[in-house]
Amino acid sequence: MRFWILFSALVTAMTATAQFTQAPLPYSYSALEPYIDSQTMEIHYTKHHAGYISNLNKAVKGTPAEGLSLTALFSRMGEFPDVIRNNAGGHYNHDLFWSVLSPEKSDPSPELLSAVSSAFGNLDSLKKRMNEAGAKRFGSGWAWLSVDPNGKLVVSSTPNQDNPLMSVAEVKGIPVLGIDVWEHAYYLRYQNKRGDYLAAIWNVINWKEVSRRYAEALKK
Amino acid sequence: MAVTLPALPYAKNALAPHISEETLDFHHGKHHNAYVTNLNNLIKDSDLDSADLETIIKSVAGDPSKAGHFNNAAQVWNHTFYWNSMKPNGGGKPAGDLLKKIEADFGSYEEFAAQFKTAATTQFGSGWAWLVLEGGKLKVTKTGNADLPMVHGQKAILTIDVWEHAYYVDFRNRRPDYIATFLDHLVNWDFAAANLG
Repeated sequence: MRFWILFSALVTAMTATAQFTQAPLPYSYSALEPYIDSQTMEIHYTKHHAGYISNLNKAVKGTPAEGLSLTALFSRMGEFPDVIRNNAGGHYNHDLFWSVLSPEKSDPSPELLSAVSSAFGNLDSLKKRMNEAGAKRFGSGWAWLSVDPNGKLVVSSTPNQDNPLMSVAEVKGIPVLGIDVWEHAYYLRYQNKRGDYLAAIWNVINWKEVSRRYAEALKK
Repeated sequence: MAVTLPALPYAKNALAPHISEETLDFHHGKHHNAYVTNLNNLIKDSDLDSADLETIIKSVAGDPSKAGHFNNAAQVWNHTFYWNSMKPNGGGKPAGDLLKKIEADFGSYEEFAAQFKTAATTQFGSGWAWLVLEGGKLKVTKTGNADLPMVHGQKAILTIDVWEHAYYVDFRNRRPDYIATFLDHLVNWDFAAANLG
């Protein structure tokens, strides 16, 4: 393990490639219209998300955080400065966010649907709980659906770029769906009407991916 | 007695092209107004109903069960203070006693401006950057969400709103450009000087 860390650090230093990179957006900027506008998607992906990655690479360089995975960083969040918390969260959260959105309609798996029913009653109640969590988050942050340490689905919200994987999170779990409620996620189309954005986003949720993440989370 | 939304101290298009009429329309007419409405709903029929804004803020600060009261009351105060911190054809270097005080406490106006830009740029998420008076000295601070100097033993002299709704329509993600524009074209130094007393 120790050798591997040293080896990774050496390789990183020798090749000088950035540790964290941005995956391609799985659809075009305009794919989620009219629910999420093309300009918002472009700025969100190329400026906000890319900015977190670039700042994260700079922040970890030459520090004890260098070479650690995002999940390793999150589990030891208290040991690192805020610049790592903010940018590591910003990278992970946006990466997850792009993956749980899609222009293609899909349905939750039977397993996910059954877990949603036992935790919240039905899918509409889950949406209502998520929308409330997002609407009540004062300032910038996220609404989450996660699998908690007991394997149960739970809705929560976090401030800024925190997430349920972080050791500092109030409600911990493995996120399977995250909704960005920073104003930059919706202001160009919805302005002050965060509720309208939250109501609209359910039209472009990638339930196939949320279901895949749910199955993965149960294995852990 | 309820808390009321003060009128903007200038026309909605008065800060254009730096801050657009569209931004002020939403920011004052929707955001600021919503804080007033939410606060009045929260204090209705309570002993805070007849209190002034500053009394409300100070009496609920630090009480987690009154976070809604604090957030809305402080945001009413912050926005009114922010509107007054700007004026058409403002910005640039102040003059007179305020300049002397800035030079005495920061070394130079340029040093103040650099610290103010850093604070406003690095306030992560939603919040505010401030010029405050603390223990007789001017200093630059930043606060998250609705937090404000009066609950930290400081007197506010000047502020900039760095919630994304303050600049997203006009500047998109370019918060540093908005902050530079605020300092170069919008600061109401007369208001700051009056706060210095």
